[in-house]
Amino acid sequence: MAPLLDIKKATKIYGGGMLSASPVTVALQDYDLTIEESPATITTIAGESGSGKSTLANLVLGFTDLTSGQIIYRGRNLAEMTAQERIDYRREVQAVFQDPYAVYNPFYRVKHVFDLIIRNFKMASSKAEARDMIEDSLNVVGMRGEEVLEKYPHQLSGGQRQRMMMARAYMLKPKLIVADEPVSMVDASLRAMILDIMLRLRDEEGMSFLYITHDLSTAYQIGDHIYLLYQGSVAESGETAAVIENPKHPYVQLLLDSIPVPDPSVKWGGDEATTIDDEEMRVSVDSGCRFYPRCTQRMDRCLEATPMPFQVGANNHNASCFLYDEEAKILA
Amino acid sequence: MTTATTINPADTAMVDRGPAEQDTILDIRNLQVFYSTPTGDVRAVDNVSFKVQRGEIIGLVGESGCGKTTTAMAILRLVQPPGRIAGGEINLDSVNLADLEGDDLRETRWTKLSLIPQGAMNSLNPVMRISSQIKDTIRTHEGKISNRELKERILQLLQLVGLPSRVYDMYPHELSGGMKQRACIAMAIALDPVLVIADEPTSALDVVVQRVVGETLLDVKERLGVSMIVIGHDMGLMAQLVDRLAVMYAGRIVEFAPVESIFNEQFHPYTQLLIESIPSIKEKKPLKLTEGLTHDLRTDMQGCIFQLRCPHVMDICREENPPMRALRNRHETACHLYDDDGVRLH
Repeated sequence: MAPLLDIKKATKIYGGGMLSASPVTVALQDYDLTIEESPATITTIAGESGSGKSTLANLVLGFTDLTSGQIIYRGRNLAEMTAQERIDYRREVQAVFQDPYAVYNPFYRVKHVFDLIIRNFKMASSKAEARDMIEDSLNVVGMRGEEVLEKYPHQLSGGQRQRMMMARAYMLKPKLIVADEPVSMVDASLRAMILDIMLRLRDEEGMSFLYITHDLSTAYQIGDHIYLLYQGSVAESGETAAVIENPKHPYVQLLLDSIPVPDPSVKWGGDEATTIDDEEMRVSVDSGCRFYPRCTQRMDRCLEATPMPFQVGANNHNASCFLYDEEAKILA
Repeated sequence: MTTATTINPADTAMVDRGPAEQDTILDIRNLQVFYSTPTGDVRAVDNVSFKVQRGEIIGLVGESGCGKTTTAMAILRLVQPPGRIAGGEINLDSVNLADLEGDDLRETRWTKLSLIPQGAMNSLNPVMRISSQIKDTIRTHEGKISNRELKERILQLLQLVGLPSRVYDMYPHELSGGMKQRACIAMAIALDPVLVIADEPTSALDVVVQRVVGETLLDVKERLGVSMIVIGHDMGLMAQLVDRLAVMYAGRIVEFAPVESIFNEQFHPYTQLLIESIPSIKEKKPLKLTEGLTHDLRTDMQGCIFQLRCPHVMDICREENPPMRALRNRHETACHLYDDDGVRLH
């Protein structure tokens, strides 16, 4: 059976039109990703700002087109879909966004977001049926229709709004939910609730998630697979627990060392944090490893060629770093 | 209700890291900030009292809407209508900021206390070079200074926050998020204030940059001996940065203690909840679910403010508002669950 989502050599380049003199921005380069249809999984895409993780979300949701490469959904190429297939795709792939304040139209009662999709996808034949569907999906996220549906968005808390978005996505019974930073604007005490809904939808309803985040600790708590992006390329990928407990790529090690530990006696560890200025990024390395300017273990060959993913552990744990090039070690 | 930091001499187990009591920079007493609405005043900050010592970083944590930013704005006297400071004192170096008006207030701001705003992305003027913006600040307060002296001072400031000297001639859009935030820190310390308030200084930054900014703040504090109030909701970052931590809920401080002490042992159920809900990268643990509503802030609630969400709520909590008490060495909380020695009663 074809995988649920198969991304092959996806590359997205912004800028660089015929009349443009400024250098292009490579947001995503030769990106590969496969999500199997079953069992349902939570796949995390993580990385710092500008790593290309939101570009990936936009590509999967069809907001922007690839420069080269393919996104294949259940055997059908996204770029070649017919209008009807596109409509089905839009229904089966849903999104939950970062900002639970901006996704509502403040002039309508919150019921409106549900009414809209019921009308759009002709999901219910009567008002009573529609009402039952809404109630049912709200129950999944632990809310009751009578409490919230007639309210305006500003009368709900941020956590409630984000849960309603989950309920809305759930109502369409999608195969895949693209969750772009769903908890980064929600309070710590409510974060767990959103994450718990994601776990339940995965286990009970068989919905897969593309969980896009910069927060590795929540990814560790709920994610199955993880892809860590650095400037548009995958630095490291594998099973979440394996990658986070035993990171191999110098960038991922730096990232994990920089997460503040909630214990005053444990200070920031590892090597000193390195950042470089924006203008030095992206354009500075045309070939070779993009992490080179910040890497503490860089070698000459890192400038000569772009490192391919090397296997560093079981179950497809790969790191794109020449430190793990076994063949080269043997030759040397 | 004054929060006297009484130190029990019998209890010496905890190391007292804070400076001496007499070196108080900021003394806030019974601060109240209300926002008027057509249906009554919202008590955004209600009876908040605390002290900041010289060279100390105080953390202010709590969920959105708990009043932490409003507290900071009140200290800066930046509360805008319909908000107002309804009562209390804000004593900075024995001057009550709540009484200052006009030129006196203008003079105090930035020379004595300054702000590192939330979202550094939007707080720099996009059409002015970084150097001109810092120059403006210095000239406004100190009058005529020769260009050479000024340039030297600004370069020193940039160096202090770890920025290369070429930033001097750059515009904000040429800087990354972390660099902009550090430029804001440079501006905040330009006039050598005694107190810097940082409102979520790292909330829009990723972990590596967050760490760089955090380390810059610590470094600046070390070198200048300035006091800081850092507002945020990331408990991990707080553990790394601050000396003492105040936990706010619904406009009040519910727990206030040295940071080691509070991570070691939490008294107030809300603090326990906050600490438990920190996601970890060391161990997988079941998600801690918490449902609950904050009471309507327009009413002065009878009893404890946390009673609607508290898992240990008792009869007395519905009747009597628990006072802030020092349970152990500098560890204060407002909860009926404990006796004066911090022993749990129920």
